Amino acid sequence: MDFFKRHFLVALFAVLGLVVVAYVGAQANLQILFGVIVPYLAALIFLEGLVYRLIQWARSPVPFRIPTTAGQNRSLPWIKRDLGEQLDNPATFKHLVGRMALEVLAFRSLFRNLRTELRKDPDNPEGARLIHWSYKWLWLGAIAFHYAFLVVILRHLRFFTEPVPLPIQLLEHVDGFFQFFVPAVYLSGVILVVAVLYLLARRLTNPNLRYISLAADYFPLLLILGIGISGILMRYVYKVDIIAVKELALGLATFHPVVPAGIGPIFYVHLFLVSVLFAYFPFSKLMHAPGVFLSPSRNMVANNRWVLHVNPWNYPVKFHHYDEYEDRFREAMIEADIPVEKES
Amino acid sequence: MAKVPKPAELIPGSLRQTPAKGWMDVKPDLRPGTYVNAANPKWLEWIDYPFPRAWNVKDEDWQLPENWKELILQGMEDRLSRFRSLKVFFDICVRCGACADKCHFFLGTGDPKNMPVLRAELLRSVYRRYFKKAGKFLGELAGARDLTEDVIKEWFMYLHQCTICRRCSLFCPYGIDMAEMTLLGREMLASIGVNIDWAMASVAQCYDKGSHIGATPQAFKDMVDFLAEENERITGITTTPSYNRKGAEILFVMPSGDYFADPGTFTMMGYLLLFEYLGLDYTLSTYAAEGGNFGWFVSHEMGKRLNAKIYHEAKRLKVKWILGGECGHMWRVCNQYMPTWWGPVDFLEEPVSPITGTRFENAKVHKMVHISEFTADLIKNGKLKLDPQRNAHIKLTFHDSCNTARGLGIFEEPRYIINNVLPEGNFVEMPPNTIREKTFCCGSSSGLNASENMDVRMQGGFPRANAVRWVQEKYGVNHLGCICALDRATLPTLLQYWVPEMEVTGITELVGNALVFENEIERTTDLRDRDLVGVESEGVEAAEEAEEAE
Repeated sequence: MDFFKRHFLVALFAVLGLVVVAYVGAQANLQILFGVIVPYLAALIFLEGLVYRLIQWARSPVPFRIPTTAGQNRSLPWIKRDLGEQLDNPATFKHLVGRMALEVLAFRSLFRNLRTELRKDPDNPEGARLIHWSYKWLWLGAIAFHYAFLVVILRHLRFFTEPVPLPIQLLEHVDGFFQFFVPAVYLSGVILVVAVLYLLARRLTNPNLRYISLAADYFPLLLILGIGISGILMRYVYKVDIIAVKELALGLATFHPVVPAGIGPIFYVHLFLVSVLFAYFPFSKLMHAPGVFLSPSRNMVANNRWVLHVNPWNYPVKFHHYDEYEDRFREAMIEADIPVEKES
Repeated sequence: MAKVPKPAELIPGSLRQTPAKGWMDVKPDLRPGTYVNAANPKWLEWIDYPFPRAWNVKDEDWQLPENWKELILQGMEDRLSRFRSLKVFFDICVRCGACADKCHFFLGTGDPKNMPVLRAELLRSVYRRYFKKAGKFLGELAGARDLTEDVIKEWFMYLHQCTICRRCSLFCPYGIDMAEMTLLGREMLASIGVNIDWAMASVAQCYDKGSHIGATPQAFKDMVDFLAEENERITGITTTPSYNRKGAEILFVMPSGDYFADPGTFTMMGYLLLFEYLGLDYTLSTYAAEGGNFGWFVSHEMGKRLNAKIYHEAKRLKVKWILGGECGHMWRVCNQYMPTWWGPVDFLEEPVSPITGTRFENAKVHKMVHISEFTADLIKNGKLKLDPQRNAHIKLTFHDSCNTARGLGIFEEPRYIINNVLPEGNFVEMPPNTIREKTFCCGSSSGLNASENMDVRMQGGFPRANAVRWVQEKYGVNHLGCICALDRATLPTLLQYWVPEMEVTGITELVGNALVFENEIERTTDLRDRDLVGVESEGVEAAEEAEEAE
């Protein structure tokens, strides 16, 4: 079996395995395990793992100020920089906040994405030419995925709160605006699944991406796909007792866990996959979410020429001192009329 | 120089060809033409580098030290603890592939291991195997692999098919910077005595004598004096500078490429003319005769060891501030590293232009001004009498150097100068996706401008050349301008191969052409001895009109 198949199939079977485990568990009356213990454990691992990883990163210093500058730097006062350039090459903390906000909230760098292709061109001696064009599909897929996921998570807060706060109710209302089905179809869920499928499809169909992809790339996508599909099935097809689900969720949230009877196994599959996602998060590439805040090429003000950056482990180095240099070349320097410190 | 294959043989057939085998099973194919030779042991001895020995890249046995594996892993652990960048960049990549078709080496070779994401994985896979639990237990399934001599060879190959240009980091949604990983990876290779000759020769020469080209003080002076004589012959103006002069106001530091070989030398002539025109109180140093820093291409420490000379010389000569010439990586180093290495720089003063009185507040801490900033300020304040017609034979496009673009952000100053020293309409831009922050590297930077790796240099420079050809065909561009000495050293070769009839020029050379001195002789040629277009006096009038119009 080749590299690609190994990595893809391992991820696929891992997710399918998780589904089976939860389904069997629910059938075998292990509701306490899958409804209470595993979610709590997952939350604990998520929090502790996240803190641990952040501390791990933070323990290494940032010796040099190395922002990737993507616009005109602040130099002479008459050289005008538009807001875009001020954010892409931030000279002040305020602009840095702007740069990071754009990066985190709007995926600025991905928005810049280009596609470059080698096209046949018989007019050139090499028979080809490169062409570059703006390519926003990856940006669109990524932003759709992340925002849909965010809305889905926020929407789920209705299960954990009583009364449900107004903003969550509003969100739910807007999300379910298109009432072409009963119950109302949440747009976020649909977008989430479509976006995940897009991200998965590009990984599977683009030869370069398939070549670099690891099980660790397929696994979260398939896991989230599983979560999305199980959620959608639960809402529209294999309906579960929503009152009981809320009872369980509220119990978890208030640390008085209860396991109401009669919730279908599909719910436990859904919850188990979510638990795995949380527990997996701190040890995976999903850490890109907090990681982007710590990326030195993005999170530093480009002011190194006028604000001193200190390297905590800066150490003296051996270099060729001028005195040694002059000692060696003195005669020649004198002969060439180059001033010297000592005449002999 | 070995014979370079024809263009059609060099470029990849497709950018979507991947080997049947997984990348971990594909061994590095170090063919002649694709790598820089192993470093001569004498260079390593000069600079106290470990494990000097004669070895050959083609050899099966690289004669690594017995404990090489230990050294690499210790080196990685050490760097993980000192560089948050490395840790974060190792951990957060999602392999989205946005960087893939941004790398000039990938576009020029089609080799998937030149996609920055995969080049980084070459290092990451070892990190996962030895520093991550999942990698330790799951091995390949967790993207981990054992550290073997083949892995070292692979690092050697692909870390030297990266020019630290940071184009990938611009497009990465998390700013993951291959340049940072390449630098640290090369440091690790150096720790087991795996270095490339071209870089180490330059480093050792620079350490020992003062510049990458190994010029002794007297040789340096001879070279610059010769260029001053050339200036005098062409313009009638004596431009001989002072050397190692104490008490000068400004220390001027330029890359050695500018006094060593054409076409850089014409830029040097431009500097000399400009400073003479201004009556600038400046000095050159034979000791700090190198602004460039090949040391930084091999390790952070070596970068600091070479960079030491600039501030130390400025202090010894008691100058007020430093003016820096046109150089790419020199400016990344002087901007992002130099003040941190040596600061606070309290023995110098905040730079003020003695001609215009402009305070360079943006250089308040490191006390160094870029020649383009300095010149743009002069022009803005009307301090230069310029005759753009003297550049009428030049149809120019401007190549942003990767380091000044993505490691500092100098875009407008050179363009402002160009627009003032060239007749209107003689400057056109290359396609927007290939300039400014999105600029393509020359393909030979970071110590790779040797002659034995010409195949891969031409491949790496292909995307740049491809855009140059476009403006040549469309607008009849005949000159590529740049503010980088490595560009001036490497682009002529590149363009001769891909885009014949294209000259490379520094921006200060164009300034030198256009400068009108009171007491000059009649100018009939430019600094390259090429005939000027039209009658000179008309040109002066046109220039004056243009000035008035402003």
